[in-house]
Amino acid sequence: MRYSLTHLKELEAESIFVMREVYAQFEKPAILFSGGKDSIVLTHLAKKAFWPARIPFPLVHIDTGHNFPETIEFRDNLVNKLGCQLIVGSVQKSIDDGRVREETGKNASRNALQTTTLLDTIEHYQFDACMGGARRDEEKARAKERFFSHRDDFGQWDPKNQRPELWNLFNGKKHMGEHFRVFPISNWTEMDVWQYILMENIEIPSLYIAHEREVIWRNNSWLPVSEHIKLEDSDKPEKRMIRFRTLGDITITGGVESDADTLAKIVEEVAAARQTERGNRADDKRSETSMEDRKKQGYF
Amino acid sequence: MAEQNSYLDMQLLRFTTAGSVDDGKSTLIGRLLYDSKSIFEDQLDAVEHSSAKRGLQHVDLSLVTDGLKDEREQGITIDVAYRYFATPQRKFIIADTPGHIQYTRNMVTGASTANLALILVDVRNGVIEQTCRHSFIASLLQIPHLVVCINKMDLVDYDEQAYRKVVGEYKDFASKLDVKDVRFVPISALHGDNVVNRSEKMDWYQGETLLHTLETIHIGSDHNHIDCRFPVQTVIRPHNDKYHDYRGYAGRVAGGVFKPGDEVTVLPSGFSSKIKEIHCFETKFEEAFSPMSVSFTLEDDIDISRGDMIVRPNNQPHMLQDIDVMLCWFNQRGPMPRGKYIIRHTSNEARCMISEVLYKVNINTLHRLEDDKEIGMNDIARVRLRTTKPLMVDDYSDNRSTGSIILIDEGTNETVAAGMIKL
Repeated sequence: MRYSLTHLKELEAESIFVMREVYAQFEKPAILFSGGKDSIVLTHLAKKAFWPARIPFPLVHIDTGHNFPETIEFRDNLVNKLGCQLIVGSVQKSIDDGRVREETGKNASRNALQTTTLLDTIEHYQFDACMGGARRDEEKARAKERFFSHRDDFGQWDPKNQRPELWNLFNGKKHMGEHFRVFPISNWTEMDVWQYILMENIEIPSLYIAHEREVIWRNNSWLPVSEHIKLEDSDKPEKRMIRFRTLGDITITGGVESDADTLAKIVEEVAAARQTERGNRADDKRSETSMEDRKKQGYF
Repeated sequence: MAEQNSYLDMQLLRFTTAGSVDDGKSTLIGRLLYDSKSIFEDQLDAVEHSSAKRGLQHVDLSLVTDGLKDEREQGITIDVAYRYFATPQRKFIIADTPGHIQYTRNMVTGASTANLALILVDVRNGVIEQTCRHSFIASLLQIPHLVVCINKMDLVDYDEQAYRKVVGEYKDFASKLDVKDVRFVPISALHGDNVVNRSEKMDWYQGETLLHTLETIHIGSDHNHIDCRFPVQTVIRPHNDKYHDYRGYAGRVAGGVFKPGDEVTVLPSGFSSKIKEIHCFETKFEEAFSPMSVSFTLEDDIDISRGDMIVRPNNQPHMLQDIDVMLCWFNQRGPMPRGKYIIRHTSNEARCMISEVLYKVNINTLHRLEDDKEIGMNDIARVRLRTTKPLMVDDYSDNRSTGSIILIDEGTNETVAAGMIKL
């Protein structure tokens, strides 16, 4: 149809518009880069938005120290190719400095500790806008999130007192010490992200693609065996064809059994999926409002 | 769920729903998502779990739209929530807004980007104050299409006369509104009649189901493709060897169709040039139209910065310093007497003050209140703004992008109001 965009092109145009607003309205913006598909898409959009100039933002990785090795390799390659700056905020360092205390026990995770490291990193580098790849379809608290989301000087989100956001007029005004989280792909769904990766042929870590991996069955999903996970006698490691729908801390990111070994097969699998992608994330299962609670404190 | 091979020609439709739990709004959204197979098993499990926890006998689909902790505890909706689903034809974004009078600001927010509004009417109650309020806001925000869902048909034994009566009432009222396209569908959100699947109990209704309407309604003309408007967001200057002299004017087309070779005028300076190339990344475009994000290069090296607008010489917006707007006030604190605000219009910014309040509008009856000029939260009023510099504006009914503004409080940085420009 003449003068009409497909849904992916319209979403892309909206995200590029938002990223250019961030560049124009803030002094020191950054991209929060986790190595997951959403932040990879975000980085790809930034490349398009400012071409032929380089991406005018550093990539900030909040590193739990519990990574899939593939994630780090992928991150370093990407940064190299784009020629942009990489800033790593280390959760291990926050623990060593006594800023946070490590959780213990079988289901211990560094997920919640990331908030402190993230806020410390933002403060240290004086970032006034941090762009993240969070989407509104992911989780009920995120469904209420703005594109430009205000954070007070403690980095907290106040969901009941958000600024109205109309048309495409974004208000990034703030006082000293406050900052913004900006979510350029707010309106994308998991399906949109995969279709876009396929359409644009974007490189992604092999973790998303089905491979034979050593896993254990825990909390209703396949958890990858790694040095960061405490095996108990009842855990029986076995080899399965596994892929991951989301990538987070290796200790809490469960995989699904799959034979989707190409992008096209992944899109097909996502279309037929009957479970949400975060269904395999132990961090969201702690309570009905765990995402909302973490977000209020300054989580991604 | 979309089939994977059709995704390259799917369109995006944004719609808004307004109403309270009593109208069955949440049930309707739950039904749309459920019957279009957009609810995942773990989400449904969570809803079953919550239903049981509340002591309900059945699975309450309205719980699908539950959001924040306070909302769940109080059983109300506080803020706009966005929901997503897709069919092989279209991807849908729902701006789900609460319908109470005190939430006018959320309705306005949700309506600002919508192609279509769903208005819910309980067939037993007919057109009530809330129906008028929602419809008025939809018309004020110039949502191009209205679909009036006459709900709870199951409670009147699917009676055609009951439906006709409400349609008649609504048409009488709607004649006072500025809407071009109004459609009616008799539904039962609870049982799913005419939502996704055709009802077997209303063979007197020959029209389309709600989902079919959403999938097929023509939205191609919702953007302005006549008046060329390109607000510049930022200037891209790579400073590298390959693109040493490159100056790209980046922005999102707000109206019209631009082509390489077009003569253009840059406002407010009035300088003229020609478009050399239109790009997004490495792709070169033969034409750019709304809502594409692109960058232009021009034949001549002229001074252009953020806030400027690239237009065609023979079709220019109005350059005004005294601007009439329909203003929706969002903040608990009303406007300060002769107070100054930051005004944002496209990528442009200036300061302004409200120089005159012409009248307030009763949003339930649409009556003008000429004597009451005290603006408070959730009020809608016709005002005149005086800006510190001329803005390049269009009438909101011609262009929702170049016809809209927001006001920002200089002290608190809050967005305190939004306005639709009336020329």
